[in-house]
Amino acid sequence: MAAKPKQQRLILALLTLAALGGAGVLAASALGETSTYFYAPTDVAGDRPVEGRSIRLGGLVKQGSVSRSGDGLTLKFTVTDTVHETRVRYTGLVPDLFRENQGVVATGSFVADGSFRAKELLARHDENYMPPEVASALERSRKQTGAANPPAA
Amino acid sequence: MIPEIGHFALWLAAAAALVKALSLAGHGVERLAVAAALAQLLFVLSSFAALSWAFMVSDFSVQLVTTNSHTLKPALYKFTGVWANHEGSLLLWVLVLALAGAAVALAPATLGLRFRQRVLGVMGLVSLGFIAFLLLASNPFERSLPAPTEGQGLNPLLQDPGLAFHPPLLYIGYVGLSVAFAFAVAAMLEGNVGPRWAKAVRPWVLWAWSFLTVGVALGSYWAYYELGWGGWWFWDPVENAALMPWIAATALLHSVAVLARRDALRSWTLLLAVMAFSLSMLGTFIVRSGLLTSVHAFAVDPTRGLFLMALLALYVGGALGVYAWKAGSVPVGEGFEPVSREGALVANNLLLSCMLGVVFIGTLYPMALEGLTGKQISVGPPYFNATVVPLLLAMVVLMAIGPWLSWKQSGTAHLPARLLPAGVAAAAATVVALALFDVRATIALLGFAAAFWLGVASLQILLKQGLTYGVVGMALAHFGVAVAILGATASGALQREALVSMRVGDVVEMDGWQARLIDVRPVAGPNWTALQAELQISRHGAEMAILKPQSRTFTRPAMETTEAGLQAFWRGDMYAVLGKPDGFGRWQIHLWFKPLVRLIWAGAFLMALGGVVALAGRARVRLPKRERGWPGAFGPQPAE
Repeated sequence: MAAKPKQQRLILALLTLAALGGAGVLAASALGETSTYFYAPTDVAGDRPVEGRSIRLGGLVKQGSVSRSGDGLTLKFTVTDTVHETRVRYTGLVPDLFRENQGVVATGSFVADGSFRAKELLARHDENYMPPEVASALERSRKQTGAANPPAA
Repeated sequence: MIPEIGHFALWLAAAAALVKALSLAGHGVERLAVAAALAQLLFVLSSFAALSWAFMVSDFSVQLVTTNSHTLKPALYKFTGVWANHEGSLLLWVLVLALAGAAVALAPATLGLRFRQRVLGVMGLVSLGFIAFLLLASNPFERSLPAPTEGQGLNPLLQDPGLAFHPPLLYIGYVGLSVAFAFAVAAMLEGNVGPRWAKAVRPWVLWAWSFLTVGVALGSYWAYYELGWGGWWFWDPVENAALMPWIAATALLHSVAVLARRDALRSWTLLLAVMAFSLSMLGTFIVRSGLLTSVHAFAVDPTRGLFLMALLALYVGGALGVYAWKAGSVPVGEGFEPVSREGALVANNLLLSCMLGVVFIGTLYPMALEGLTGKQISVGPPYFNATVVPLLLAMVVLMAIGPWLSWKQSGTAHLPARLLPAGVAAAAATVVALALFDVRATIALLGFAAAFWLGVASLQILLKQGLTYGVVGMALAHFGVAVAILGATASGALQREALVSMRVGDVVEMDGWQARLIDVRPVAGPNWTALQAELQISRHGAEMAILKPQSRTFTRPAMETTEAGLQAFWRGDMYAVLGKPDGFGRWQIHLWFKPLVRLIWAGAFLMALGGVVALAGRARVRLPKRERGWPGAFGPQPAE
């Protein structure tokens, strides 16, 4: 026998709430586990992310820091925010607009030997474009070098 | 002169939209609604034609042309350049909105003349806001005098046929949802919603959904072959902005079916119709406001973002306000048994809503967090795969069962026999994937099982007797989902990849395929030069294809892009990207073999085709006899 529409509406509403609540819990736990934080080299110097945890590291590719290894595929370079620096190792195709003195965002993690291993490099999309995170990291460094107390990252 | 005519026509269009909007109030203005809709189309069309003309003849006294075009650009991209920028794309949005208004004005008014006037009124309000945004904050006809002698060119990534037609298709979809939105608001104003309303709104939802499906698929295909990262979906906020309205439209399509057939889910369907278009506007807001800096974010001017946000708040807030005010007075529809076709469709709607919720959270959470705390995080594929995939799998289980349940009340005794072939196919697919293809990941095995479960169950429906267009369309669309899942699973789980540094003459071996680097040499196109590699692809010693990946350099604007070398075989795609030379005569080559990857887009086209088939059948469906009393009375009242 069909339930009364009013009752059914209530049951439906409860079901919907339960489903959306479940989805919310799923989303929240997945967010906690998978979201990648952005670090500038200064943030790394202050509070180093745990080994293996995926982060996004951004800054400028330091002038004269790019070196290629013998296999022809691995690249090492230094990311700087003008105050601190982090050495990065990357194996793969280099994006079209990867240049010295240009902004870059590297996704990857710190490994046992203390260096940063990038899985992906972003340096898109045109000559004038600076990744927004990098722009704000450089802005923070600029303020920091002028101020006595470094702001909390 | 012509740009000024275009600008003036836009003001006239605003006036026509105002007349349309005023027809909501009545006082005789409503009699002008149909004429105003047609006039608005004429004016917006003239305005769009004027801007297109400026682009085609490279009139650099118009600032927009200077910043987005170039005399050497191929004619096709001069034209598509009209909407490959912020102002022009909004003008296109307004044009499609005007087209939809004219279509509503010319379509038979099955729900009565007053109802059509109200629908046009709501659409007038929506158009008015967007035209005002164009005129006040994003004038595409802005002059810059003296005119420069040459333009700055168009972002080369956008000079591509796939992307040229991606925005118009998406916009047609978005705007189709605006008709559903207007129907919902008009129905709430009249306090009148039922099967007749559902049948009247269904064609609009169907074509919106079909166009959205193709638009999203085309965007994904473009990302696959143009961006050279080897993927087809990146869970980028820009992609999610288009995916969210699609999910909402999918849910709406199914709840409209329940409303049309069983007169249940009245308020819920209205809410979905409001949400679907709100998400389309939110998508436009996210993409165009500069919240995201990407190839899509043309507007980096914050005042424009604020203007769009105000429009969004006004429309969504207004519609939700009407909903809150009127939804209580919409009488409760029919009740139903949990085990029934409509029960399965409600479950479908719940799962789709959850999916929409998790995509929404994953897309907006980083922006909200940055706005509130300044922390910058990114939420990427791991989050979306962990949340969307389980929901999708649950849906696929239901999608095979639902069509075998009857409306109103269904037995379950016939189900095991009906679902046996699908179950056998799913089990066989899992075993084959495990034993022959050595797939070990649970999610991949589930993907293969899901694809065959749903594919076989959907094809089986086509063997039933006395099929209607609607059922054939549904079976096709569901089969398309199965095909797309198969493509996504196979191309991910069975992908082979090689990253090498090779000299001319070197050969790289990859799972039975050989790639020999024959040559790397410079080539030139109309507005670019490139280094082009030639890779000879063989399989077990037999030559199959020559891939020609390029590294292109554009001068206007100065930019380098990667053109993947791509060859489709029946078993999958061979995909090659040329990297940089290493300084010792070697070239970086990234090679992928992606099995069955094209099934992803083939599946999407099957879904859209299903929508079109269902649309073809609309005219043949007769209304149930028990429905009476429109306009004026509510649908049949349930006995309480």
